[in-house]
Amino acid sequence: EEKRAGPASTLYCADGDDSLYPIAVLIDELRNEDVQLRLNSIKKLSTIALALGVERTRTELLPFLTDTIYDEDEVLLALAEQLGNFTMLVGGPEYVHCLLPPLESLATVEETVVRDKAVESLRKISQEHSPVDLEVHFEPLVKRLASGDWFTSRTSACGLFSVCYPRVSSTVKAEIRQHFRTLCSDDTPMVRRAAASKLGEFAKVLELDYVKSDIISLFTALASDEQDSVRLLAVEACVSIATLLPQEDLETLVMPTLRQAAEDKSWRVRYMVADKFSELQKAVGPEITKNDLVPAFQNLLKDCEAEVRAAAANKVKGKRLNIMLPFIRLIQYTNQHVKSALASVIMGLSTILGKDNTIEHLLPLFLAQLKDECPEVRLNIISNLDCVNEVIGIRQLSQSLLPAIVELAEDAKWRVRLAIIEYMPLLAGQLGVEFFDEKLNTLCMAWLIDHVYAIREAATCNLMKLVEKFGAEWAQNTIVPKVLGMANDPNYLHRMTTLFCINALSEACGQEITTKQMLPVVLKMSNDQVANVRFNVAKSLQKIGPVLDNNALQTEVKPVLEKLASDQDMDVKYFAQEAISVLPLA
Amino acid sequence: MLLLCLCSPGVAGGNDFQWCFSQVKGAIDEDVAEADIISTVEFNYSGELLATGDKGGRVVIFQHEQESKNRPHLRGEYNVYSTFQSHEPEFDYLKSLEIEEKINKIRWLPQQNAAHFLLSTNDKTIKLWKISERDKRAEGYNLKDEDGRLLDPFRITSLRVPVLLPMDLMVEASPRRIFANAHTYHINSISVNSDHETYLSADDLRINLWHLEITDRSFNIVDIKPANMEELTEVITAAECHPHQCNVFVYSSSKGTIRLCDMRAAALCDRHSKFFEEPEDPSSRSFFSEIISSISDVKFSHSGRYMMTRDYLSVKVWDLNMENRPVETYQVHEYLRSKLCSLYENDCIFDKFECCWNGSDSAIMTGSYNNFFRMFDRNTRRDITLEASRESSKPRATLKPRKVSTGGKRKKDEISVDSLDFNKKILHTAWHPKDNVIAVAATNNLYIFQDKIN
Repeated sequence: EEKRAGPASTLYCADGDDSLYPIAVLIDELRNEDVQLRLNSIKKLSTIALALGVERTRTELLPFLTDTIYDEDEVLLALAEQLGNFTMLVGGPEYVHCLLPPLESLATVEETVVRDKAVESLRKISQEHSPVDLEVHFEPLVKRLASGDWFTSRTSACGLFSVCYPRVSSTVKAEIRQHFRTLCSDDTPMVRRAAASKLGEFAKVLELDYVKSDIISLFTALASDEQDSVRLLAVEACVSIATLLPQEDLETLVMPTLRQAAEDKSWRVRYMVADKFSELQKAVGPEITKNDLVPAFQNLLKDCEAEVRAAAANKVKGKRLNIMLPFIRLIQYTNQHVKSALASVIMGLSTILGKDNTIEHLLPLFLAQLKDECPEVRLNIISNLDCVNEVIGIRQLSQSLLPAIVELAEDAKWRVRLAIIEYMPLLAGQLGVEFFDEKLNTLCMAWLIDHVYAIREAATCNLMKLVEKFGAEWAQNTIVPKVLGMANDPNYLHRMTTLFCINALSEACGQEITTKQMLPVVLKMSNDQVANVRFNVAKSLQKIGPVLDNNALQTEVKPVLEKLASDQDMDVKYFAQEAISVLPLA
Repeated sequence: MLLLCLCSPGVAGGNDFQWCFSQVKGAIDEDVAEADIISTVEFNYSGELLATGDKGGRVVIFQHEQESKNRPHLRGEYNVYSTFQSHEPEFDYLKSLEIEEKINKIRWLPQQNAAHFLLSTNDKTIKLWKISERDKRAEGYNLKDEDGRLLDPFRITSLRVPVLLPMDLMVEASPRRIFANAHTYHINSISVNSDHETYLSADDLRINLWHLEITDRSFNIVDIKPANMEELTEVITAAECHPHQCNVFVYSSSKGTIRLCDMRAAALCDRHSKFFEEPEDPSSRSFFSEIISSISDVKFSHSGRYMMTRDYLSVKVWDLNMENRPVETYQVHEYLRSKLCSLYENDCIFDKFECCWNGSDSAIMTGSYNNFFRMFDRNTRRDITLEASRESSKPRATLKPRKVSTGGKRKKDEISVDSLDFNKKILHTAWHPKDNVIAVAATNNLYIFQDKIN
């Protein structure tokens, strides 16, 4: 009954007296039954606050918002975001602490995205607190959250320590460190996870001595937590901690834990080590990488869990390749998932290895993978051909490439066919027009009459890209005749494909070809006995109209459209009328 | 009478106490509506709330009545806190299948803030519900007066910010997430993992692992579907996560075996790490052996050291470290062994009885027929049969132990096997996590019993 609707709120009367009206609507809609209107009001919260002035914003609006945490997630999310930019609207840095209560209650809701946004805004406004206010207002809030009854508030606290630590006195610093320690050994795994994920950023703001005394012991404890989900986050923290410590301490303080993680009983933890490998390698430096990480990495490539091997295979790029090559070969004999992961990165190796090494070591692998039984592996190789092309030229591969492409092009699964079509323009560009005409052109035409619509559609789009690449003249000689030939096909779906192709090609082919060759065919099809073809003629005419010269438009297109506009079929009439109204017909 | 009192106390806890009636919920009518039949009962982690689900797709949540000084006996008193429709009947047009709204399982999540969360499932779809309280309402509009009449927009001279005023407590249940389209067969179990961020759901042939915040994706961790369905010899009947070890879960099968799997070892758990099976006694083999050995429920003890399984005639307690036989076996209604033929004919033999532990793992409870339920004390090995009935439903009335006569001659107060009512079955029971308070679902009625210390 109170749906006074959004449009009202966007009406803004210039009249002096009425200027309150839109604001009044916005305020009332903060409680509208329609979520969209509430969301709209929340997003314009700054307008409301501006109209109320800083005093009333502080004393009336914020207290109301503090208790409005029953709302939908999207509304709360918008509110949490708005409050991060509210400092000026409550009276500047002097009053910024007024924003803490609503953000505090938002930091305890169960929805992670809302909580995270509230924490983000709290972090933002912490910078606007003076050092005194930080200790008087902000730090007590962090403590309240950290010792809250529910884990939601404790998880939120984890993200706030690092922003206040650098700016408080040493007594308060000691308290913060103590709170963080407590949360690292919290009863609930959620809080330990939150602490583990913030360990790295907290370590960064701590004095080096405390990093060594406090953080390392917390890190070690979290890395041997009983919950897999906590241990795997410790691996991430490892990266930041290792960057903070001097090289000579790494061996004793970090490496034992990292080694343990690489051999963890849980594949999820090992997966994390494999996944973070490049970062870890950078953090620990070349010496430890050589002695410790490379052997660990080799083990991950041989891991008993396929997910881990796949993650490791993904990181092969950038490793010391002479050591890795034997393992890469080994992967040939493992499962599909891993092979396909490797195939997606292996091509990238050629730029690192250089021409001679690529031909010697990688080419045999490429060739073998192009013949792999799994289409995904073949596709991954083909999709990364450009890297190899730069190093050794694609000709080296063309002999093996062609059968692989042909086979994928005729794969029984239409999604595989779809994937290869998408790479056609890329392949055409690299193989050159001659090779294309000779070997691939027939494939591209065959897709036009595929029995799956998605393939026919993609094939049409592919033709357009090819014409963009090879030019209008090439189109006129090779594909246009074939496309137009399909207009006489007994299957109406194929006749429609002609129209779709014309829609796609007309612009790339230009006025000359469109008017002289395509238009007559389209016009002739207006007499087709299938209504679907006829209304697509109307649609096509609308589409190619702008490419045609005005004379053809008036003398040829107009009469045909007028005829179609009085067709028996409702749809044909509709689209003909639409075309007539859109095209500049006299 | 004296004799009876002597044998009834003691089950659970070791203290000398008797079970007494506290409350009964649900209609008294003789003819029961199908939709009102309770299909699951579950206390939350603190015992503060008790949820039931029914065949009509509804969830009813009861809240523990606060104890007050003048009414100290209210310990076992629960009152309706919230009622909501969790699932609606649906129709799968692709498979021409009706999907019942019946709630198969409810599982509470550990409490994370002032609100409470639970998962409820029917055959196909799992939903996460939030139950929260609201005790304030906003008041004051700019464009309406107190009575809701619209004001002239031209007369607005000042802005009014709404204020929050206290109001009567309102409990709201809102669906937070819907986990659908992941089960081809009927879901029989859901179980929240100790990492508090994932849970598993099991159907007849597969077990999926979900993240509580992600609804569009789940991981299939167990798949026992044979390539050829004609080779199908067993189905998954129940599954549960270990209470402390996040990587361990078990699932039971229709062949009476239990498999323990380790998610740490591999992403797919098709290969189990432990296999619990009791060798069959060849002398007692019969046509019904396989049917009655099918496990209808599996529950880890709170300590995580043991698990309990329920088959048609017995409850077994297994030590997780001993796979070749259970450490304890309790007969629930051995007298039915001679009746299996008629129980097969009336389909009762396929009833799925559940079982539960008390808070300290020292006693277990499970249901039977004729509205009888059984409790076993694991320390003293004493057992007791009690009845959930309207007759003894006077407040604080002590429950008299029941006895089924097995021999030829029936003693006084004994019931003969032939007069048991097989339509009155207790399939679902729950034990308060800390106190001696139990909830027993008898068709459409929920009975709550508590201990009475002598």
